[in-house]
Amino acid sequence: MATLITILYYLLLAFFAAGFIWNFRKSRNWQTEALYLIVLLPFLLRLFRLK
Amino acid sequence: MPDLIGLRKSLLVVAFLLIFIFSGLSFYRSRHLKEPLVAGEGVLEVRKLSDYFSGLKGSINDAKVYVLGNRAEGSSGGAALILGGSHPEEPAGRLAAWLIVENARVEGGRIFVIPTANPSASTATRLGGAYPPDYTIDTPWGRQTFRQGDRWSNPLDQWPDPEVYIHYPSRQQLAYMDIRNQNRTWPGRPNGTMTEKTCYAMTRLILSEKIDLVIDLHEAELQYPVISTIVAHEKGADLAAAASMFISSVEGFAIGVENSPKALRGLSHREIGDATDAISLLLEAPEPFLDATRGRTDRALLLTGKDEFVVRAGKRGLLFEKIDENGWPIDIRVGRHTSTVLQILENWSADRPDRAVVVSGVPRYTEVVAKGTGAFLKDPGTAPAGKLFFE
Repeated sequence: MATLITILYYLLLAFFAAGFIWNFRKSRNWQTEALYLIVLLPFLLRLFRLK
Repeated sequence: MPDLIGLRKSLLVVAFLLIFIFSGLSFYRSRHLKEPLVAGEGVLEVRKLSDYFSGLKGSINDAKVYVLGNRAEGSSGGAALILGGSHPEEPAGRLAAWLIVENARVEGGRIFVIPTANPSASTATRLGGAYPPDYTIDTPWGRQTFRQGDRWSNPLDQWPDPEVYIHYPSRQQLAYMDIRNQNRTWPGRPNGTMTEKTCYAMTRLILSEKIDLVIDLHEAELQYPVISTIVAHEKGADLAAAASMFISSVEGFAIGVENSPKALRGLSHREIGDATDAISLLLEAPEPFLDATRGRTDRALLLTGKDEFVVRAGKRGLLFEKIDENGWPIDIRVGRHTSTVLQILENWSADRPDRAVVVSGVPRYTEVVAKGTGAFLKDPGTAPAGKLFFE
């Protein structure tokens, strides 16, 4: 069960990370763009199993 | 205008990548830092926990077990297991175990030492705690760096946590994150979490090697009442009391004795004594780095134990151990552990000559304080072939 939850968790991470990148590309406001990148950072660190 | 937006986005992406690469490399290096350990003349062989429980094979927690003995004596006599790094953020325990593996000569019996009892926990630091990733000990041949570590197994290795951690087999309810706390998951179980499996493997080791004594090396914050003490299972109360009296009269420092509470489950001093024939003892040394009222949480605080805010807490009567501007240097904490381990083994061997564990070569408190911990760490650059290992 823990393995299944972990796989789902990483899929969720990837989904949200892709969403942040997509929204960053679409945004035309620099503050929103910076915010998307700041929020993306911990998602990528976990996705790449760095932290 | 679109070009300006593109330029702005490019600059933001570059800044993002710099931060990501810098932080990512720092975390990667911290998780994969190799700590050299030179097996001393007492080390007969190096095993792994998976030799006792195959379910740990391939896991980060398949810890190394250094088996110390005397080839001429064979396996006669008693056996002791010494655990460092059950909580890696308590470095005196790991360093004391290091000194034992690198320096001990065993004249009777066997000593099993696991310097990093929870390797996974040694690869993480406290979330939100601003811990340094590592610390360095000065030695005559250079500097040796150790991972800082945390109290709990790394969430990268064991996840998710439950809402409430239910200890096996007592079914006592504990805090959710303590399912990753190696001193809450004894005696462990073969089909449990990684941390539970690690304890199970060590319990199998204790049973199959007929271990007489288990000594688990820890440190504690000064605001915690169980400090500067030997926590003893009732089977080891007399042994702990005798060791405490000898130490307090001849070693230059005082150490108390606490009874292992029967109602608090999952701890080594309780569960090992209940689940096996071994006497289980846990040593606590003072570590101001862990105090909630500490100031800057850096390498200096970890190694010197000096903190003006903890001193202020002491002046207000909020601490269970004294502290002044001299702090609690790492050498004092390591020396307390080595002397206490040696004294326990001496008292045990005097009481049970048929199961004696006789050891020499390990520096005692006064030596460690006078020369420093680093003076007893061996140079990996000059290690004989086959004697160099990495934790």
